[in-house]
Amino acid sequence: MSVTSPLPHDAARLHVTGAARYIDDIPTPRDALHLAFGLSPVARGKIEAMDLAAVRAAPGVLAVMTAEDLPFANDVSPSVHDEPLLAVDRVNYVGQPVFLVVAESHLAARKAAKLGDLTITEEAPILTIDQALAADSRFEGGPVIWSKGDAATAIAGAAHVVEGAFEMGGQEHFYLEGQAALALPQEGGDMLVHSSTQHPTEIQHKVAEALGLAMHAVRVEVRRMGGGFGGKESQGNALAVSCAIAARATGRPCKMRYDRDDDMVITGKRHDFRITYRAGFDAEGRIAGVEFVQYARCGWAMDLSLPVADRAMLHADNAYLLPHARIESHRLKTNTQSATAYRGFGGPQGVLGIERLMDHAAHQLGIEPVELRRRNYYAAAQGGAAPAPAEPPRSSSGQKKTGRDALPQSTPYGQVIEDFELHGITAALLESADYDARKQAVAQWNSAHGAIKKGIGFSPVKFGISFTLTHLNQAGALVHVYQDGSVHLNHGGTEMGQGLFQKVAQVAASRFGIGLGAVKITATDTAKVPNTSATAASSGSDLNGMAVKAACDEIRDRMAAYLAEQHQTSRKQVRFVDDQVEVGGEVLSFAEAAARCYEGRVSLSATGFYKTPKLAWDRLKGTGRPFYYFAYGAAVTEVAVDTRSGEYRILRADILHDAGASLNPALDIGQVEGGYVQGAGWLTTEELVWDDAGRLRTHAPSTYKIPAFSDQPDIFNVALWDGRNREDTIYRSKAVGEPPFMLGISAFLALSDAVASCGAAYPDLDAPATPERVWAAIRGMRDEL
Amino acid sequence: MSETTPTRTLLDWLRETRGLNGTKEGCNEGDCGACTVMVTDGTGARALNACILFLPQLHGKAVRTVEGISGPEGQLHPVQQAMIDHHGSQCGFCTPGFILSMAVAHLNGERDHATALAGNLCRCTGYAPILRAAQAAAEQPVPEWMVSDAAWLTKNNKVPALPASPESADALADLYAAHPEATLVAGATDVGLWVTKALREPEPMIFLNRCADLRGVEIGEHEVRVGAMTDMNTFGAAIEALHPSYAQMIRRYGSTQVRGAATVGGNIANGSPIGDNPPALIALDAVVHLRRGAERRAMPLEAFFIAYGKQDRQPGEFVEAVSFPRQDDRLKCYKLSKRFDQDISALCGCFNVRVEDGIVTAARIAFGGMAGVPQRAAHVESALLGQPWEGDTIRMAQAGFDDDFAPMSDMRASARYRLETARAMLERYFAEDMGEMVSVLEVSA
Repeated sequence: MSVTSPLPHDAARLHVTGAARYIDDIPTPRDALHLAFGLSPVARGKIEAMDLAAVRAAPGVLAVMTAEDLPFANDVSPSVHDEPLLAVDRVNYVGQPVFLVVAESHLAARKAAKLGDLTITEEAPILTIDQALAADSRFEGGPVIWSKGDAATAIAGAAHVVEGAFEMGGQEHFYLEGQAALALPQEGGDMLVHSSTQHPTEIQHKVAEALGLAMHAVRVEVRRMGGGFGGKESQGNALAVSCAIAARATGRPCKMRYDRDDDMVITGKRHDFRITYRAGFDAEGRIAGVEFVQYARCGWAMDLSLPVADRAMLHADNAYLLPHARIESHRLKTNTQSATAYRGFGGPQGVLGIERLMDHAAHQLGIEPVELRRRNYYAAAQGGAAPAPAEPPRSSSGQKKTGRDALPQSTPYGQVIEDFELHGITAALLESADYDARKQAVAQWNSAHGAIKKGIGFSPVKFGISFTLTHLNQAGALVHVYQDGSVHLNHGGTEMGQGLFQKVAQVAASRFGIGLGAVKITATDTAKVPNTSATAASSGSDLNGMAVKAACDEIRDRMAAYLAEQHQTSRKQVRFVDDQVEVGGEVLSFAEAAARCYEGRVSLSATGFYKTPKLAWDRLKGTGRPFYYFAYGAAVTEVAVDTRSGEYRILRADILHDAGASLNPALDIGQVEGGYVQGAGWLTTEELVWDDAGRLRTHAPSTYKIPAFSDQPDIFNVALWDGRNREDTIYRSKAVGEPPFMLGISAFLALSDAVASCGAAYPDLDAPATPERVWAAIRGMRDEL
Repeated sequence: MSETTPTRTLLDWLRETRGLNGTKEGCNEGDCGACTVMVTDGTGARALNACILFLPQLHGKAVRTVEGISGPEGQLHPVQQAMIDHHGSQCGFCTPGFILSMAVAHLNGERDHATALAGNLCRCTGYAPILRAAQAAAEQPVPEWMVSDAAWLTKNNKVPALPASPESADALADLYAAHPEATLVAGATDVGLWVTKALREPEPMIFLNRCADLRGVEIGEHEVRVGAMTDMNTFGAAIEALHPSYAQMIRRYGSTQVRGAATVGGNIANGSPIGDNPPALIALDAVVHLRRGAERRAMPLEAFFIAYGKQDRQPGEFVEAVSFPRQDDRLKCYKLSKRFDQDISALCGCFNVRVEDGIVTAARIAFGGMAGVPQRAAHVESALLGQPWEGDTIRMAQAGFDDDFAPMSDMRASARYRLETARAMLERYFAEDMGEMVSVLEVSA
């Protein structure tokens, strides 16, 4: 069976030979034009005048467009139509597109775009959380509040109260391939768009709106992206729409790609958060109740901020049973880039909130941090399809259905946790990582060394799988079997490096019992599968794998029915295995079987459709079942810190992650390794800095530092938890795109642990924990002595 | 190459003129490595960033891109096969750049993968599978097609003279004296960004890469003399035995690709307050050698930097060399940045303190990132001089930093952090001298 095989990425050979095509590599007709935006230099103000004469006169410029020149909709918002493609009257952040240059070359367009003379009456921008709160600048009126029980009373009656506040920065996606699109005008006003997007249907929709066309007149194709991470869920709209509008206006193909600095200045990033927490614990470290207040800086337009902030609330519990909880969420509107989807979609911020609380509580109560966490875990899942853990959890909390385990195992939003795997995962990880001994060794090191300290951190993750906007949990597929037995595979998911296409091709090959070589993976195409959801929320394999399975099974059943009839046997006696079809004692090659079915006038093409079952979510009330299931994982990270400078290294990381019955363990481990490093990057060196005028000062890799080669842990042990999904997903696998990102939190906690060794207090460490923040936290500890 | 626009980059030429799309643009400023190519000349093969390489810099050299890494029959190079086998690509966009860096390191027999690949960013994999691939390929033989570039160069050795590419220091001196308004281009790791990011057209330009007599490190009995056009990789290797801490700092200067292009002279002449060479050279008591036409003059390097953006360099005058005395190695270079590898320093402190019979007899301490120019810590130095080399002296001398520096705050670091960590570096230097563990690099799990 093709599924479960650790096959390479489907395009691996194309990648290593440089033959894989991205948008900017697609051969274009010689008359193709190139676009660039003129950007707002101020964060907030009124546009009084625009003198674009110098832009128009610049070499190679064919046209310059402003909002007034747009023929139909001036909107690239994925949500509430509050995001004009080109600014109208007002500018709302530094980098907002104001005008569009159409030129003979990419360089000519970029140069001309700098020549606009904009007269803007500046107003004091709202940049920070505090400024937004003071100005009551927010989306959705007031804060959103979800409650379970009575947190305030529970905290008041608790033996210990732990409270604090901290901030975590945003994150630039830094997909290596910047945003790009190419529009090719077709006959009759139709438009073909190639876009580096996670959401072709959204591109189709926005382009159709902008051209005044029905969606059927616009076709969007995506073979692959050079990375997405959520940054290409909505942020590609502006480029694709610009290309389509310019192509319509000029009748010529139009291409747009952002220079890296423009990309970082224009596009949205992960939401930065401030989280305050207040929790009551009993003497044994069990949570009685907790209150979180989450402040999210959303930027100037709504984009996807509401579901992002929702998901932060939905993950405020992470792995822990909260008998009483109150979660308050502020969605603040600021004059900065419109923050957008980024791997985890608010989940990491919510998870970090409670992991910081648990760490703080462990410190304050003097309980070993992993032990305190295990005492607060949800109860272990009972029965079901998953295997027993390698050895029983050492903590008693997971075993006896007494005390807390007798409580309803429901989240603050009322979903009952039925598949909790973390007792087993934690026990196995602590064992393989030799946690107890290393924890002791770190303590011994720290008592013997002054300048270089060590720290060790543990963090688990429980991540909810499904789009919280329930209707998005659907997918379609289109499969053809040709008369030579070769298979054409198409579905609504997009490939951004995660290996989705290969995993889904493995499903198709398995359904037909054929080799992967017979399956042709094809570009995502809105003309083949319509009305798709973004490839996001880790849902790609779950949704599209099931849709492809349905399409393949439909064809297979038709073939089986025909061949069974021909051999006067039952269709259940027809077997598809090893590139062959066995029927009534005869063995046909799959190709022969396909040819016979063709000659027998059997349709060898089918669509497939899937919608996730069991979902019922009331967003306004904050109750129901938003998630089909949960994916789990845990990590232990050890670091060394130079207390003189705050410099640090990750010495070792051990991860055990739950991908269910993995469709492809090699690709899944790739997601776990990459997710961890990206998550650790978010919380360590990746610092976004805006100045007081609202200008992003870290707008290139020279100033914004994603992890480099030597930032990977010196020792890096990654394994998959050997389990099956308790829910009936594609081959009982689990989604794996986002969950491991949160394992990087263990690196942050390890740094905090190293800082804690420098004094008695709980470290005042915000994220990202740059060397400067680590140094300042150490300084703070020592000043208190 | 007959391309006329001197600011045309190799990357644009490859992609737009030649239609060779395997080489990718990731950042257009030499920081991500997606555009890495292999450039071969008489000194061997090196990995360089094509996005900030102007075509005239390649005059007389051979370039090999990812399209030429597989064999003529399509056979995969060992690093390509290993990257497939070890799942080293996900989205694949950075992959051609990695392949090039890996193939050049493989060709040159370099096994320090962290150094070879520090200049290639990958956002998907977390690098672990790429490391596994590099290790797996290291033992495989170099494919025959990879060694043909040097032979090709020998066969095509008739390189026509280009007017803006002088062939010697003398020719450069004449040309620049006649055209003092010209922009000198050494490695273009700085000037490249004027073109790709600031969108300037810094013409006329004079390209120094053909001046072979400006390259090289002469280690004499009393003096080390470094030609201005010596690239940083060559320089780092040359001084490894003399001043290992300096060489270690150079390992973190840019990346392999940047160091392969960047020059010692360029890092001085551009007058950057955050360049990493000047503080180290000043600590070594270096002298900069300037030339204008036939006139030559020399001065202590610290005197060359007058103020931010202002150096003691006359129109038509260029940096010919830098030299410093041979000395017992007491130099330690502490580069402090947000990210360990390939990051511009928040500050860089270089310490060279001589102790005889327990008494400080000489002290040269210089910093980058602490002022508008690379600058000595004069008060600290004098507080140390003549004092016993002990903890009390260090604590006393640390106060001198307040008199020496008033650093600024920016996106890299706050003023307070700069000042306080500079102070701590003196303590670190002393502790290191006392044999204490001072670096996180010395620690393992």
